[in-house]
Amino acid sequence: MFAFILRRLALVIPTFLGITLLAFSLIHLIPGDPVQVMAGERRLDPAFYKEVMTRLGLDRPLYEQYGAYLWKALHLDLGESFVTHEAVWSEFTKLFPATMELALFALLIASVIGLLVGVLAAIKRGTVLDHGAMGLALTGFSMPIFWWGLLLIMFFSVAMREIAPAFALPVSGRMALEFDILPRSGFMLIDSWLSGEPGAFRSALSHLVLPAIVLGTIPLAVIARMTRSAMLEVLREDYVRTARAKGLSPARVVFVHALRNALVPVVTVIGLQVGSLLGGAVLTETIFSWPGVGKWLIDAIGRRDYPVVQGGILITATLVIVVNLIVDVLYGWVNPRIRHR
Amino acid sequence: MAARAAVAGALALAALGVHAAGTLTVCTDAAPEGFDIVQYETVNTEDAAGLTLYDKLLAFKPGTSQVVPGLAERWEISADGTAYTFHLRKGVKFHTTAWFKPTRDFNADDVLWSINRVNDKAHPAHGVAKSGYPYWAGMSMNELIKSIEKLDDMTVRLTLTHAEAPVLANLAMSAIGSVYSAEYAALLQKAGKLDDINTQPIGTGPFVFKSYQKDAVIRYGANAAYWGGAPKIDNLVFAITPDPSVIVQRVKAGECTVSALSVAQAASVEGDPKLKIVRGQPLMTTYLAPNAKHKFTGDKRFREALWLAIDKASYIQSVYAGNATAAVSFLPPGIWSRDATLKNRRDPERAKQLVKASGYDGSEIVLFAASRDGNILRGVELLQSDWAKVGIKVKLQLFETGELMKRSGRGEHDIVLLSWFSDNGDPDNFLTPNLSCPAVEGGGNKAQWCNKDFEALLDQGRTTTDLKKRTEIYTRAQRVLYDEVGLIPMVHRPQLTVMNKRVNGFQPTPFGGRDFRAVTLD
Repeated sequence: MFAFILRRLALVIPTFLGITLLAFSLIHLIPGDPVQVMAGERRLDPAFYKEVMTRLGLDRPLYEQYGAYLWKALHLDLGESFVTHEAVWSEFTKLFPATMELALFALLIASVIGLLVGVLAAIKRGTVLDHGAMGLALTGFSMPIFWWGLLLIMFFSVAMREIAPAFALPVSGRMALEFDILPRSGFMLIDSWLSGEPGAFRSALSHLVLPAIVLGTIPLAVIARMTRSAMLEVLREDYVRTARAKGLSPARVVFVHALRNALVPVVTVIGLQVGSLLGGAVLTETIFSWPGVGKWLIDAIGRRDYPVVQGGILITATLVIVVNLIVDVLYGWVNPRIRHR
Repeated sequence: MAARAAVAGALALAALGVHAAGTLTVCTDAAPEGFDIVQYETVNTEDAAGLTLYDKLLAFKPGTSQVVPGLAERWEISADGTAYTFHLRKGVKFHTTAWFKPTRDFNADDVLWSINRVNDKAHPAHGVAKSGYPYWAGMSMNELIKSIEKLDDMTVRLTLTHAEAPVLANLAMSAIGSVYSAEYAALLQKAGKLDDINTQPIGTGPFVFKSYQKDAVIRYGANAAYWGGAPKIDNLVFAITPDPSVIVQRVKAGECTVSALSVAQAASVEGDPKLKIVRGQPLMTTYLAPNAKHKFTGDKRFREALWLAIDKASYIQSVYAGNATAAVSFLPPGIWSRDATLKNRRDPERAKQLVKASGYDGSEIVLFAASRDGNILRGVELLQSDWAKVGIKVKLQLFETGELMKRSGRGEHDIVLLSWFSDNGDPDNFLTPNLSCPAVEGGGNKAQWCNKDFEALLDQGRTTTDLKKRTEIYTRAQRVLYDEVGLIPMVHRPQLTVMNKRVNGFQPTPFGGRDFRAVTLD
C-alpha cells in the first residue's frame, strides 16, 4: 500500500510542473497586458507604462518570469494581485469557502439523487422509468449551465413570486442583503447559524438551492448513469443470485449486497466530479453572483492579473490532484487488485 | 413578543424584496478594484469609491460638467495662468469609523498629502500603488504640476509648469482630485499599514464605508456630518451581480432597487409597473478614426466618402434599438462649446464620386473594432454594407480592447471604431488626447491626423482661462475637424438606469457614474 501511495505521489510532481507551465503560458499567450488593460481606452503614458512594467517585473524575458514564479511557488509564495495588491493566497482563502460550500452542496444533491435514480433505473431496467430516468440524465448532462440557471431563476425566483410567493427563491447572492453576517468560517450556512440572527440561516439555505441544483446537474447525470451500469453488472453476479436464492428481501439484496459492491466505481466517479464542479463553478458563480474562486479567476483573466490567474489555477488544480489522489488511495484500499497494477 | 413580531414583519418584507426604509440597494456588474480611488479608473470603482467616499478640491454641479466649489470654497488664478490659490472650506469632517477617529477637521495638510502622494515619487506613500496612478499619468498631471504649497491652514497654492485651463476640471475628478486624511495616513504609516488605505478608506464624502465582502456586497452608512447636508438614505448597499440578465431579474424581484441597464435589456423592463428607467446623456461619442497616414484613408475625399456613405439612422436602430443620437461633432451634447450648427453628411451618390476622385483601386480597407459584444459586430457589418454600396471594400478585424488600443495606437488600422468618454467635461479632454499632433506619437491619436491650424487652436484653448474666448476657439477647432474629416463621429449613446419607482432624486453623472447622495426613497 505504501509503495502504491509513493507511486501516485511521484506522478503528482510532473503534473504540478505541467500545471504551472500551462497556467503561465496560457495567460501570457492572451494578447494585452495588465497595464494596458488598466488604462482601458485612455491614453497610456509611455514613460508610465515602462515604469510600471519594470516594477511588476513584466519587462523581463518570459523564461525568467516563469523561473521566478516557479521559485516563489515552491516557497509557497504566490505573489500578490496586480490590481488589489492583496496576496493571492489571502484572496483565495477569502473566496474559496463560498466555492467549497456550493460544490459540497451540489455534490450532495448529485450523489443522493444520482445514486437513487441509478439504482431505480437498474432495478427497473428496460421499463419506461429506466428510459425516462436515463433520458433525463442525458438531457441534464447536455444542458448549457448558463441557460439552465437563467431558466430556474425566471421560474423559481421571478414567476414564483406571482404564483406562490412563499415558495419563491432568491435570484442570486449568498444571503439576503438585510443580513450583515460577520464572516467567521466563510461558509455562509455556518456563519449565519452562528450569528443567531433570526431567519439568517434560512436565507443562506434558500440562496444555496438554485446554484447547487445548477452546478450539481451534470455530476448528477454522470453519477446516475454510472450507478445504473455498475448496478446492472453487479446484479448479474453469482453472489447476488445466491443471496436471492437464500430468500433475502429484495431491498436487502439491492442495497446491501449489490449497491455496496457497485459503489466502488461510483465513488471514483464522484471523486472525479470535484474537478468538473470547480470548473462548472465559474459559470454558476457568474449567474448566481456567488463570490467564489471561479468568478475571481474569470475577472483576473479579463484584467490580465497574472499572479491571480497563475496562483488561482495552481491552487485549484492542486486541490483536484489531492482529491484524486485520495480517491485513488481509497480505491486501492477498497480494491487491492488496483494496487498491484 | 413585540420584537419577534417586528422581526417577522421585517422578514416578510425582505421576502417580498422590500428593504428597510432608507436602504438603497444598487446592483453593480463588477466589484471595485479597491477603495483608494486615485489608483483606479473604472466606472465601477468611481461609483463605489469616488462618488461615495471622497470629496474633491472642486466638484461638478450634479448632473452637469460645470465645475463648482468642492472642498475649496473659492480660488484665484494668477495673470499668467500658472498659479492657482485655493481657499479651503472650514468645518469639514473626515469619516469616523471603527478604525479611525479624526482629531481635527480637514485642512491644507490633507490637500498637500493627497497631491504630493501621487505626484512625488519620493513621497513615503507613493509606492502604495504598485501599479502606479494611471489616470494621473494619463492626464499628464505629473508633467503639469510643478508644486503645491501651504500658505496657511486653509489656503494652498498650486503652481503649474505651464498655463492649462482644464486643470480645474481635472481637480474635480475622483481619480485626480480626491482628498485623503493626512492624519489617518500618518497613523497607517506609523503602524506600517499604509496598504490599508485601499481597504479601510477614510474620506469626507457623503457616505461612510462600513464593510466589503469581496466580490459580493459593499455597505456604507450615510455621513450624518456631511458638509453638503447628510444624504437622505440611511444605508447604501452595492450588490455585485456580474451577469446583466440576472441584474434585470434581481431588479424585477426587488432584490435591488437601482441598477445600470444595457440598451439591449431595456425592452425587458419597460412596462413593468414597479420600475422606471432614467435616461442620462453621458459625455461620450462613438467614432470612426480613419488612418490619415494610410494610402486611401489619408485622402480627405476618401474620408468624406466614408462618412457620406453611412446610414446612421439604420445603424442606431439596429445597434441601439433607437436609443442613441447621431453624432455630428466629436464633442457630445452637454459639453460647452459644442458646435450645434454642424450638419450630418449623407449622400451615397456623392460618396461614389469622391471614391473615384480619390483614386481608390478597390483594395481592401481594414476596419478594427473591439470584440466585446454582439452589438458592435452588428454595427460594423452594417458599416461594411454601407461602404460596399459606394464601392469601398472593407475587411473587419476584431480585437480584445487592450490589443485594439495597442494596435490602433501603432497605426496598424485603416479605420478603427472606438468610443471616448469625457473625463472632466472640458472640450480639451476630447480633442487633445485624441486629435493633437503629439498624441500621434503617443498613440492616443488613432486617426493619426495632425493639422497645424487645429493644433494651434488646441494650444490657444488650453492656455486661455476666459470661458467665452475658449468657447470661440473650440468652435473653430470643431469646424476645422469637420471640414478636414479628421474623424467620423458616429453616435452618442444614452446611459440607462433602472430603478424601483420608490426611488426619487437620482441623477446620473455626465461621466457615466452614478451619484446617490441626493436620492430619497418613498
